[in-house]
Amino acid sequence: MSGIISIKGLNKSFAGHTALHNIELNIEKGEFVIIIGPNGAGKTTLLKILETLVRPSSGSVEISGMSLSKSPVQIRKIIGAISHESYLYNDLTVEENLRFYGKMYGLSNNELSLRIQQLLKQMHLEYSYMDRVSTLSRGMKQRLSIARSLIHDPEILLMDEPYTGLDLQSACDFERIILENSKKVTVLMVTHDLDRTYNMCDRVVILRSGKISSDIQRKDINSIEELKNIYSKVFMEEHEK
Amino acid sequence: MRSSLSIAVKDLRAELRTKQVLNSMLIFTLVVMVILSLSLSDVLSESSVIERLAPGLIWIAFVFAGTVGISRAYVSEIENGCLEALRLCPVDCAAIYTGKVISGMCLMLIVEIAAIPVFIVFFNYNIPHLPEIFLIILLGTAGFSAVGTLLAALSVNTRTREIMLPVLLIPLLLPVLIPTIIATAKILAGDGIFQIISELRLIVLYDIVFFTLARLLFEHTLEG
Repeated sequence: MSGIISIKGLNKSFAGHTALHNIELNIEKGEFVIIIGPNGAGKTTLLKILETLVRPSSGSVEISGMSLSKSPVQIRKIIGAISHESYLYNDLTVEENLRFYGKMYGLSNNELSLRIQQLLKQMHLEYSYMDRVSTLSRGMKQRLSIARSLIHDPEILLMDEPYTGLDLQSACDFERIILENSKKVTVLMVTHDLDRTYNMCDRVVILRSGKISSDIQRKDINSIEELKNIYSKVFMEEHEK
Repeated sequence: MRSSLSIAVKDLRAELRTKQVLNSMLIFTLVVMVILSLSLSDVLSESSVIERLAPGLIWIAFVFAGTVGISRAYVSEIENGCLEALRLCPVDCAAIYTGKVISGMCLMLIVEIAAIPVFIVFFNYNIPHLPEIFLIILLGTAGFSAVGTLLAALSVNTRTREIMLPVLLIPLLLPVLIPTIIATAKILAGDGIFQIISELRLIVLYDIVFFTLARLLFEHTLEG
């Protein structure tokens, strides 16, 4: 049975370099999947393809039953993206940023007012809604970035190294918010931070040189050390190559 | 159209708050007007000379001020990866382009409307048929913004964008600049709207062709 994300025979090449090779991946609704791998393994390329920002060279990708090549606009409606970049406008206020993105997702003014209020409360930003983004701390920006990605109530959250630049407190806040929301959405996170994400995820996919080298359910791993050992082997093989 | 207007309003709101681009464009226009009026001070008493020089002078100021403005059109989008976030929204790339054209045009029109009284004062010259002049400015600016917005997107990720943009932009603007300057010259010489119909047709045709082409090409520009 195909899941909410179904990838079959996916290939992507850039100017003769193969970034992804014959990727087969099926992600069920509600799963929390982390993708790890050495630099240049193709993690971000895979995420960008799922975000409809990069076109695959061949293969098929279906998200919630919709073909990526045929319905990219429909797919964008059910996807939320979080990156190490905040995707926020520095010269607009917290509320203006959320309102702008909400309008881009086709939300009405009434829906938006309610949703913004809800999200600001959840992110503990309700007293900063009039502040310009340029005056916020990195942690506050990341919380606002999560609010931005959830403004249209997406079914899938795609995250690309979201821990970059976060201090300990901000990383903990980030985890709390993601865990609160991960019950309602399917999460696919590209990360290098195994310690932080191990307890949150249901499944770990390891990419190496554009191929899936391991796809493990977390329940099949006894401890984070075991996962680290598996990952170290992949990393060493890549390094020796 | 709603998405395009949201993008335009967002751009204008951020710009009117910081006034970074607007101030640069206004100062640039003012400096050009002052330099030209000083260098031509000995002929400023002859209105026939000003009539012949003014169309070129006005459009030199507008084109260069516009280039300064349009080169900054995507700066806020590059910061924090906002351009990528815009592409992630469920809107057509053409809607993003249209929004950018509207905001770029609005900024240029603000500068141009402010520059006309400055021109009248510095050149001691009373412009006849002001509504016709504003119509020419509106149509010429639409063409400038249509092409400039596309080229600014094309050059935004290049290291030499400040050099690349004018090099690409000015030659592509010539087909709209020539009829625009001729129409301005005719109006300043006292002609009415009916004497500039052929120039207006050319400008409108340029606007439609380049706006349509740019809308189609914009998606590929962003992917590149």
